[in-house]
Amino acid sequence: MNTSYQYSYTNIEELLEILVEKGFIAPATEQQHATVIGRRQVQSSDLAFVTVAPEAARHLILDLRDRFGFTHLVLLTAVDYIEEGKFLLTYLLHNYELHHDIGVQVPIGREAAEAGASMESIHDLWAQAGTYQRELKEMFGIDFPGSPRVDEPFILEGWDEVPPMRREFDTKQYSETTYFPRPGRSTNDPADYMRQKLYPKE
Amino acid sequence: MSTDINKEDTQTQQESIRQVVEAMGEYPGAADASDPQLFCEARPKVEKPFRGVFEKFLNWARANSLWVLGFGTGCGAIELRPLMTSRFDASRFGVAGRPTPRQSSVFIIGGYASVKTLKRIVRSYEQMQNPKFVIALGSCTINGGMYWDSYNTINRIDQYIPVDVYITGCMPRPEAILAGFVKLQELIKAGRGEKANEYAEHFDWYKANQKKVIKDWDMPDYNW
Amino acid sequence: METSLVLKIAYAALSLFIAFNYGILLGATTYRIRARVQGRLGIRLYQPYLDIIKNNAKRTSISHGIMFYLGPIFRITGGVGTFLFIPMIYGSVVFSNFSFAGDVLLVLYFIFFGQLGMALGAGEGGHPYSAIGVSRGLAQMTAFEVPFTLAIIALAVQHNTLSITEIIAAQQGGILNWSLFTNPAATAAALIAFLGMNMGNPFSVVTAPQEIPIGPPVEYHSNYLGLLQTNRSIFNSAKLILFMNLFFGGATNLIVMIIKTFLIYMITVIIGVAFPRFRVEQSIRFFLVVPTLIGLVGLVIALW
Ligand code: SF4
Repeated sequence: MNTSYQYSYTNIEELLEILVEKGFIAPATEQQHATVIGRRQVQSSDLAFVTVAPEAARHLILDLRDRFGFTHLVLLTAVDYIEEGKFLLTYLLHNYELHHDIGVQVPIGREAAEAGASMESIHDLWAQAGTYQRELKEMFGIDFPGSPRVDEPFILEGWDEVPPMRREFDTKQYSETTYFPRPGRSTNDPADYMRQKLYPKE
Repeated sequence: MSTDINKEDTQTQQESIRQVVEAMGEYPGAADASDPQLFCEARPKVEKPFRGVFEKFLNWARANSLWVLGFGTGCGAIELRPLMTSRFDASRFGVAGRPTPRQSSVFIIGGYASVKTLKRIVRSYEQMQNPKFVIALGSCTINGGMYWDSYNTINRIDQYIPVDVYITGCMPRPEAILAGFVKLQELIKAGRGEKANEYAEHFDWYKANQKKVIKDWDMPDYNW
Repeated sequence: METSLVLKIAYAALSLFIAFNYGILLGATTYRIRARVQGRLGIRLYQPYLDIIKNNAKRTSISHGIMFYLGPIFRITGGVGTFLFIPMIYGSVVFSNFSFAGDVLLVLYFIFFGQLGMALGAGEGGHPYSAIGVSRGLAQMTAFEVPFTLAIIALAVQHNTLSITEIIAAQQGGILNWSLFTNPAATAAALIAFLGMNMGNPFSVVTAPQEIPIGPPVEYHSNYLGLLQTNRSIFNSAKLILFMNLFFGGATNLIVMIIKTFLIYMITVIIGVAFPRFRVEQSIRFFLVVPTLIGLVGLVIALW
């Protein structure tokens, strides 16, 4: 099956083995943290994640698209690992013939907001990636040089703070200083509240 | 041969298009903010109500003919639909939907308002004609609700436009909204639906608040 | 004995007043009937009055220029003008308005006058939706004018007159004398055109409340809108009375008029709730084919 592509495979473990064998990704490491290059994780029979270096990412994604049949870019998103000084980009790809998903995770340096993290653009592989990249630029300050309209505002109009999804941005404080909070607001921790209601004696 | 002609054609075409576009200014059809026909920089004025029985009569008519602007912000928009159905039938109270701010007299803020929406809310509100009334639905409009610490959602709508009636809940049921309409009618009949004048009176305060959060202010200060 | 001009004007004002109130109550009643069908109570019977009062009582209003200001005035001129040249009740001095020998032609002109004036005014409002609404409205209008005019010409030929009063007179003396029976084809063509004129449901693209919020009057507000609403009720009763006069034998007293016009109005209401909306090009194609052919048949019947 899947004869139209150069490499054929039937299950996701096999795919990972081919990838290692052909040198597309590094052999597995013992480390299981998502930001460590070489990490591989099979989540279910149709979903796996691999972590690769930024330099290798575009090559791998292109190969997955053209040689393995992952023709659809499901999403492109980022997670802020502020403790490690890294953003973890995730490119989720989908194979329409086998209905497999593979997430290519790419740790990139997490510079200060002014300096800006940066990553190679893939807007030429999937046109819609340009939109994701615009969003990442706005929300995380990750630059994708060459991506169309990447510097234009995406949904925030006239935002002049630290990109809001960066974890050094204190959204609560920003909201309190900007949006006229109504005084007298109290917060209940749901767990505490339930405990008090259900077991008042303890 | 024929391809050459085609090429020439497209070139002359492009050339003439470019000339037209240049003649029209930067964007073809772009509104010029200084054009007095399109925008108005004038401040809103306090419009004095009439006195006595006549104003009472007009207020009675206003209270019983509430045209709601069909602009749904936040989750609340979905709870407004059932109002017109046979179960709730808001038309009994003289409530009707209206698709344009020019003609409507009630603006329902249906929940959370992001800064981007707030800009449109302000514009729509200002295009409505005095007297106009605002009903704010849901905790999001009162104190921010579950978006109270969001970087992009305002906490209190009454800092930006004046509010006549609040309806609490997350989300208020249509019954609660009907009760809100009845309350609004009481207020109007009692002559207390003058928030449009309040807006005109404290115009500077409202504008300052609006400009504090709407960073890319690219419209006239008051657009009617 | 000739009635003096002053008296005539007073009578016309009286019948205008009646037509206005009748139009409003007719609209509210049909709204209530429709609401009952849907299991609701619907608006109060006097709700349209409140709406008009409220709109006129708005304290601010904005003008986009002179044409914008004149639009509703043209509209109401068209409505009142149409009404004033239609005899409301046959044989009555009080309700015969200013009908004269050539009034069919004048009415034909006045019916479309308001829409043209409105088009100019709405255009100056500058809102793209009103421009779309106007272009749809005028396109549709030119289409339904064809069958309507054919039907009127058929009647004029058949009765050999251009006076509405004489057309009514020719239909007196029994139900079979009505144009409805003497020339059913012309009647059918005119009634289909009437649907378009009312901008009721199959032909409601002009105001299409869902896609181009209420079309041409989208920028009209406050007292402009009050004027337009006033006109709508007058114009509505004028059109109904015209159709009653031309095709359904006219009326000899107010009760008959109310019953007949109500029934004619119900035709459009029932068709309106039963049919979905045509697109512009569909409705134009429809008007230029089916009712136009029927109208030609009517002309042939008249010439027979
Ligand atoms: S109050 Fe609740 S229902 Fe209303 S907008 Fe906020 S979150 Fe949504």
